[in-house]
Amino acid sequence: MGIRFDKLGVVIAAIAAYAAFLAPFATFRANRIVPGEGRFILDALPVVSGPLLLALVVAAIVVALLKTPLALRLIASVVLLVALALAIGAAGGFLTPPGNTFARISPASGFWLLIFAFTLLLADVLARLELSPFVRLAVLLVAAVAVGALLASGVWDSLSILKEYTNRADSFWAEARKHVTLALGSLVAAVVVGLPLGILCHRVEALRAGVLNVLNIIQTIPSIALFGMLIGPLGWVALHVPGASELGIRGIGTAPAFVALFLYSLLPVVANTVVGLAGVPKAANEAARGMGMTDRQRLFGVEFPLAFPVILTGIRIVLVQNIGLATIAALIGGGGFGVFVFQGVGQTAMDLVLLGAVPTVALAFVAGIVLDAIIELTATARRKEAIA
Amino acid sequence: MKTFLPAALRVILLVLLVAFIVNPGWFEPLFKPLTENNAPAIYNQGSLLSLTLQHLGTVAVATIAAIIVAIGLAILVTRPFGAEFLPLSRSLVNIGQTFPPVAVLALAVPAVGFGEKPTLIALFLYGLLPIFENALTGLTTLPSNIVEAARGAGMTNRQKLLRVELPLSLPVILAGIRLSVVIGLATATIGSTVAAKTLGEVIIAGLISNNLAFVVQGGLIVAGLAVFIYDGLMALERVAARRMGQVAH
Repeated sequence: MGIRFDKLGVVIAAIAAYAAFLAPFATFRANRIVPGEGRFILDALPVVSGPLLLALVVAAIVVALLKTPLALRLIASVVLLVALALAIGAAGGFLTPPGNTFARISPASGFWLLIFAFTLLLADVLARLELSPFVRLAVLLVAAVAVGALLASGVWDSLSILKEYTNRADSFWAEARKHVTLALGSLVAAVVVGLPLGILCHRVEALRAGVLNVLNIIQTIPSIALFGMLIGPLGWVALHVPGASELGIRGIGTAPAFVALFLYSLLPVVANTVVGLAGVPKAANEAARGMGMTDRQRLFGVEFPLAFPVILTGIRIVLVQNIGLATIAALIGGGGFGVFVFQGVGQTAMDLVLLGAVPTVALAFVAGIVLDAIIELTATARRKEAIA
Repeated sequence: MKTFLPAALRVILLVLLVAFIVNPGWFEPLFKPLTENNAPAIYNQGSLLSLTLQHLGTVAVATIAAIIVAIGLAILVTRPFGAEFLPLSRSLVNIGQTFPPVAVLALAVPAVGFGEKPTLIALFLYGLLPIFENALTGLTTLPSNIVEAARGAGMTNRQKLLRVELPLSLPVILAGIRLSVVIGLATATIGSTVAAKTLGEVIIAGLISNNLAFVVQGGLIVAGLAVFIYDGLMALERVAARRMGQVAH
């Protein structure tokens, strides 16, 4: 038996080899807005750890390249990701001149490509293992704890994105709270309104096409325009409806952002409720009716539980979409992580952009994985009940 | 759902949309009530027509690139040669969809600078996913008796792909393209936050100068374009489905 190559491994090996030997590992800048200069792994790390990291990368490339057992590939990808996380922190400390507080060290293309290559390897292993939802949640938890521990340990403190964070620690958490409130709050409001509306559309056929068309058209209005268009009406409400401005309803700020996210969220919730209810088998409904269930009992006892996984899929779409769209709220003074993104774009300070973008992506990513796991759990629970 | 609007209404709206883009001055009285302090009611920092064309051009370039790459990848992972990539590509698509467009846009800026390029990258990446997912669904859920029959008729793999598999999955692939175009039309407006020339410029100019008329006209043009393109692609899908003897959904 000769040496056999793994096809995906060839791709991963090519990316990793390029990233490790030909691309800069870290960027050094004299201050936060000047263009930086790249440093390769051997220049960016102290004498021992530089060659050690290169050796690890080469070893992992070999593991990825050949047809190796999944366990070995899992170990290689995790070891490399941890090593890279520690190394970029070490590079930050090593490259910063002693006593200099203006210099900025940030990860460069080589680092990001290495992370990408070995995340690809890890993702492939995890996909091939076909983990159960609970195990996936556990993996996510372990990863989150690991990142949290690295942040708390101060290994990354010398990196530019964390320097931006230190300068804005208070406003960071305030904006984080606003971001989550906007995304989750509008989701809750959309579920409260959308579920009954979906049930109504399911029961009253005359309503269905009209409601879904209106919601469809709302989706085509670009988010920045919808946010902007609501400034006027809400400003009017704040002025003319007694008590509205005390509730925090204002033309600009959180209120129009909340309403816009709510409007975007309605379509997936209503449409999936309709689809889910339409997919309930006729036999189940007939049986329920035959048992003498009232319409109300049938809805809550039979139709709703059966349609639940489909409705949850709609909720997953909404949550992930809202976390992303909430960044745009910053354009109309609604707060959220978008504040840092747009400030950073305005000042051409990319570390600031990352400070807003990285938590947003992480939040959406975690929300997606968690809801996927829940959807799978409810769907399998439903199937088991059906069999029993 | 069949179409958004009945035919007559659609023609009237299309005429209005084109008239507005070509000669927005005619509609000034409609937008005047939305302005304050005698601010201009019609966007005056550039022509709406050229912005609309640039907007459509950006979306078209990104979408065509996304179509080529997404369908190519979907074909690759559904062949025996690329089967190893199938589980990974599925999970990558899932992960990719959680990336918010603003984040993609902002993260592309350090790599390629301001202007059209980051917008094209964000639109391309964002457009890939729906097309890839649908092409994968189309190619992997073909009725097996038809694929067997094609093999039985002595078709080569290449003939089988071009004459049987791709035509049969065309309606599903077109649905993915439609989704991706509609998302792209709205997302392109965000590109104007990084200095791309799109209709987002009109909206952002309105937000900055507190001029609701600008915001509304920018938003209406994009929404109008999206509705008509959605309708047009939907009609195309029905034609494709009818030719394949399937019933349009």
